Amino acid sequence: MADKVLMKGNEAIAEAAIIAGCRHYFGYPITPQTEVAAYMAKKMPKIGGCFLQAESEIAAINMVYGVSATGKRVMTSSSSPGISLKSEGLSYLAGCDLPALVVNVQRGGPGLGGIQPSQSDYFQATRGGGHGDFRMIVLAPASVQEMAELTVKGFDLADKYRMTSMILADGTMGQMMEPVSLDFDIEPPVEKPWATTGTKMEREHNIVNSLSLVPEELEVLNLKRYEKYKIVEENETMYEEYMVDDADIVIAAFGIAARVSKNAVNEARKQGIKVGLIRPITLWPFPKAPFEKAAEHAKNFISVELSMGQMIEDVKLATKCKCPVTLCNRVGGMIPSPEQVLKAITDIHNGGVK
Amino acid sequence: MSTKQFLFSGFGGQGILFAGKFLAYKGLIDDKQVSWLPSYGPEMRGGTASCSVIVSDEPVGSPIVSKPDMLIAMNLPSLDRYESSVAPGGVIFADSTLIERQVNRDDVTVYYIPATRLASENGMPTLANMIIIGKVLKVLGDFDEASVRATLGKVISAKRADMLEVNLKAMQLGADYE
Repeated sequence: MADKVLMKGNEAIAEAAIIAGCRHYFGYPITPQTEVAAYMAKKMPKIGGCFLQAESEIAAINMVYGVSATGKRVMTSSSSPGISLKSEGLSYLAGCDLPALVVNVQRGGPGLGGIQPSQSDYFQATRGGGHGDFRMIVLAPASVQEMAELTVKGFDLADKYRMTSMILADGTMGQMMEPVSLDFDIEPPVEKPWATTGTKMEREHNIVNSLSLVPEELEVLNLKRYEKYKIVEENETMYEEYMVDDADIVIAAFGIAARVSKNAVNEARKQGIKVGLIRPITLWPFPKAPFEKAAEHAKNFISVELSMGQMIEDVKLATKCKCPVTLCNRVGGMIPSPEQVLKAITDIHNGGVK
Repeated sequence: MSTKQFLFSGFGGQGILFAGKFLAYKGLIDDKQVSWLPSYGPEMRGGTASCSVIVSDEPVGSPIVSKPDMLIAMNLPSLDRYESSVAPGGVIFADSTLIERQVNRDDVTVYYIPATRLASENGMPTLANMIIIGKVLKVLGDFDEASVRATLGKVISAKRADMLEVNLKAMQLGADYE
């Protein structure tokens, strides 16, 4: 496997971003994502790019706003508390229909919380991420390879739909090393006739602004944006199914929780329990279809999460409450073990759920 | 199908993460599926460092090693903390220079290697980690010089390429230690 290298997930994101043509990175250090910034600091000056450590997360996201308005690929990365600081900027990006890639390598919360892995920013990421009606495309990698691939994909989707793509990873995904191949097909750049690149006295001014004081006009802007979101929902949903076809019990899990759950599924299958796994890769748009389909034959769902139960709400909505959905979780930086997930499976299988 | 789970643990500065990275890279070169996950918590600042490595013929599920097949304990706190987690039938490698007590389990195989002493006696005081890795590979029946050299070429940065031979020598020392 000469073409594969061992990389940390955080480094894979940074390298993939560069391959995708990103030449502007703005950030502020925070564990467990600092390697993204460190990698950019090392690489960007060598390739004519810009690495800038901003004075704060708020400054960094506003620098992203500025560069995005000029039509260039741009990104920032942070971890949970830092993403909260960026939320005003995320809303402004949405209000201006600007593309951007934002990485959240989550840690335990709320508040400053801890520095160990978590998935408790699911609500924040999938429900918009700031004030006002808006959505972000939320991508949940479950391997270092996907950290890289979804970064490239994230840029493409952001440009295509003029919205923010967020990579929602966690501390383990950021810190772990796995073999990764960086041999991507890069899509040709999207035309950005809206970008503020100077009129050269040849065209009308392009204006990037989220202020709209006439309610009739602001309503139209919102409605049009949601027509776009509908297209994203129809076309860009991604998920992985594992042994779902004959499953009585279906696990829903993303990121590191899906990795742990897969071990448990394999172990349960050895015991003759028909269990499968649906792993959403896009958390927004949420892959409703595979859940709806699985609910036709499955009797139980288990949502395995590193949170107090956030994705479980989407699982319930997607399965239309046809069967019970149980939560199997750890929080605060703890990770469920395969044994804990297996126990959740066998408890249900033996009818012992309380 | 074969999957081996390794847990490396010791003081920060003993080259714990590097030793784990070596093993992961060797797996990659040998065409296996691998994962490497470090501890990155506050305990690593001046205290214990540890990392989980999985080498498998199958895609790696969870990268977290909670029941290692092989524990590499480079200091006493590491042995105290992880001894009981080793899978029955597993193997413990202990740096007996820094760990004066015996392992209490009787359902695991134990190799006591005075790696820190061997390292300083042989003029390679920073390579106790590689001495132990040499023994690990020997026990795995996996000490193939070509693949070891290729791996060292990957994990040692170009700037420090002159360190390759001494690393190899350290590993040979460990492999030969009875």
